[in-house]
Amino acid sequence: MLIIDKEKCIGCGVCEANCAFGAISMEDGCAVVGDSCTLCGSCVDTCDVEALKIEIAADAGSTCNLNEWSGVWVFAECRDGEVSPVSYELLGAGRNLADQRKVSLGAVLLGSNVRDKATELIAGGADLVYLADHEELLQYREDVYGSVLCEMISTHKPEVVLAGATAIGRSMVPRVATELRTGLTADCTQLSMREEDGALLQTRPAFGGNIMATIECPHTRPQMATVRPKVMLPLVSDTQRSGDIIEFNPTAQALTSNVAILESVKAEQEKVNIQEEDILIAGGRGLDGEKGFSLIKELADELGAAVAASRAAVDSGWVSYPHQVGQTGKTVSPKLYIACGISGAIQHTVGMQSAETIVAINRDENATIFNYATYGLVGDLFEIVPLLKNKIKNVRGQ
Amino acid sequence: MKIVVCIKQVPDAKDVRLDPETNTLAREGVESIMNPFDRHALEEAVRIKEEHGGEVVALSMGPPQAETVLREAISCGADRGVLVSDRGFAGADTWATSYTLGNAVQTLGEFDMVLCGKQAIDGDTAQVGPGLATQLRVPFVTCVQKIRTIEGKSLDLERMMDDGYDVVRLPIPCLLTVVKDINEPRTPSLKGKMKAKKAEITVLSAADIGAKPDCIGLAGSPTRVVNVFSPPPRGDRTVFTGSAEEQVDQLVEQLGKYI
Ligand SMILES: Cc1cc2nc3c(=O)[nH]c(=O)nc-3n(C[C@H](O)[C@H](O)[C@H](O)COP(=O)(O)OP(=O)(O)OC[C@H]3O[C@@H](n4cnc5c(N)ncnc54)[C@H](O)[C@@H]3O)c2cc1C
Ligand SMILES: Nc1ncnc2c1ncn2[C@@H]1O[C@H](COP(=O)(O)O)[C@@H](O)[C@H]1O
Repeated sequence: MLIIDKEKCIGCGVCEANCAFGAISMEDGCAVVGDSCTLCGSCVDTCDVEALKIEIAADAGSTCNLNEWSGVWVFAECRDGEVSPVSYELLGAGRNLADQRKVSLGAVLLGSNVRDKATELIAGGADLVYLADHEELLQYREDVYGSVLCEMISTHKPEVVLAGATAIGRSMVPRVATELRTGLTADCTQLSMREEDGALLQTRPAFGGNIMATIECPHTRPQMATVRPKVMLPLVSDTQRSGDIIEFNPTAQALTSNVAILESVKAEQEKVNIQEEDILIAGGRGLDGEKGFSLIKELADELGAAVAASRAAVDSGWVSYPHQVGQTGKTVSPKLYIACGISGAIQHTVGMQSAETIVAINRDENATIFNYATYGLVGDLFEIVPLLKNKIKNVRGQ
Repeated sequence: MKIVVCIKQVPDAKDVRLDPETNTLAREGVESIMNPFDRHALEEAVRIKEEHGGEVVALSMGPPQAETVLREAISCGADRGVLVSDRGFAGADTWATSYTLGNAVQTLGEFDMVLCGKQAIDGDTAQVGPGLATQLRVPFVTCVQKIRTIEGKSLDLERMMDDGYDVVRLPIPCLLTVVKDINEPRTPSLKGKMKAKKAEITVLSAADIGAKPDCIGLAGSPTRVVNVFSPPPRGDRTVFTGSAEEQVDQLVEQLGKYI
């Protein structure tokens, strides 16, 4: 609980102003804590007179012997026999962490007939590939994948486990962390090692990107995190790199499932996984219909990009939900995001504000989207988008 | 069919932001709302009840004021609301939240389905659903976009994947998390509102649900927040001027490396 030292508190109100949850108020010149306190601790650091303290009654899992755990693991997500790009990005990030800790970097590979992927993972930075190759692992199922990963972790005891913040990663990894009674930080955008004690410092956006929080997992292992696609950099693939494959035989129990996959339907549009794209051309209500949408589709084709959308465009039925960016859609961080006819409502911008470069095309010069745009174009998109497409075509043709 | 819907009260994201001058969180008039995804979970539960009969219980863990979202849930078709509330829950991360909700669901007795939103918009973790299923030892599927059929003790549904969707069959009891594609939530009826006003919300403490002190709140949480800070400001911004053609020319010049 948050303890306020009444003797020390000078009632300055700094903690009150700093509390994101409105949990602190001033009564008779002294801070008082209310029910909405989440013990995030941000007030403790802001107090100049050290009147605030967070006290923990009994600490979870402090019985875990941290020294038994060693090595950094990356879950190599494999669907239809293909390793997803985010797995290589995680190997890039994991390589740094492992080198800092002077431990090995392992890749976990689950699937059926996927052994040949192991060499690619080694070329991508892994020292070891933990391979479970079994027909029961052909299709992704929450329970089987989760149970097998739990068994692997309990057997080999890695200190860090990273996975992509993808549909698969975000459904199976929470199951594993819960089962192992350890911490998991979702959707990290930054990872670093604290040299002294090997604590993985995991930074992620909260409140739709309005604030950032750094999180650690002090008493339990492994330290687990999911990481968004396109945030970390893959290594250059090096086929000279050597590594070992470690076979893992899951128990029959782990391979038993309650879930049956009857069918896997691939979306018609090829580029529907907008989180994996380098360039996104996004359209909003300003497109005014499917015709407007075909304009941005043409621009996207010209740039080898994918199409994204605001909720207004999705709700109007011009494009399907997997393309929606924002609070109730996907969070994307492409290199280039071109927003056409999007006003820039907070529910939309939280999903795209971490793009490297943002371009906004809008006829209303006061549109909020311009506050987020690296480059803004004021005008009619029906005029600008075709011009842009042609100009790019010309430049590329040269 | 007995369905428990987990509903979280969250601050409206658009209200929470950093004051650029003082670099502190401005929270003037931060409004609390029902987590938007949970609204879809609730709607789906009510639709299942309407077709197959049964009961819909809205469950929330949070401070006393979270009662508001449970009343709202009742006005939209839930039969009753249960709030688990205790000072000891403060500081819970997703592990401790899953544990607490797990104990609460078990206290409520047998169930056929637990429905959660895909994620809560304050933390955006999407971890509580799978965590809760693990605590309850029932199978689960995340990001459900459609329930196709419910026959006896078996359920066919569509789970959204990054590249399309899977059709999945799983047994009852189970837990699902839903995306907003699954349905269009209704607005409360007048009758619903009246019912919500009069409804008695059950409030359960940590002791009531048999939660162990070292598994709840901050003490029960494997993770700790080390630091909270504002995101780095975006770099320079340029709004071009001139005719459409001139603006496009200027833009293409800047976008060199992407083209
Ligand atoms: C709980 C909740 C969750 C939400 N989640 C999301 C989400 O995940 N993603 C999301 O995007 N939204 C979300 N929204 C909706 C969001 O608040 C906005 O309503 C939405 O983003 C608006 O979409 P828009 O910018 O396309 O449309 P509008 O706000 O209508 O903007 C259209 C813009 O196009 C411009 N325009 C029109 N015609 C032209 C033209 N010919 N040339 C150039 N410019 C033109 C206009 O000037 C205007 O700025 C959510 C809302 C709520 C309440
Ligand atoms: N405190 C809570 N009370 C009730 N349900 C919750 C709570 N926290 C999370 N949930 C449920 O879990 C889902 C995912 O939340 P999260 O993992 O926090 O993103 C939400 O959509 C809710 O259905």
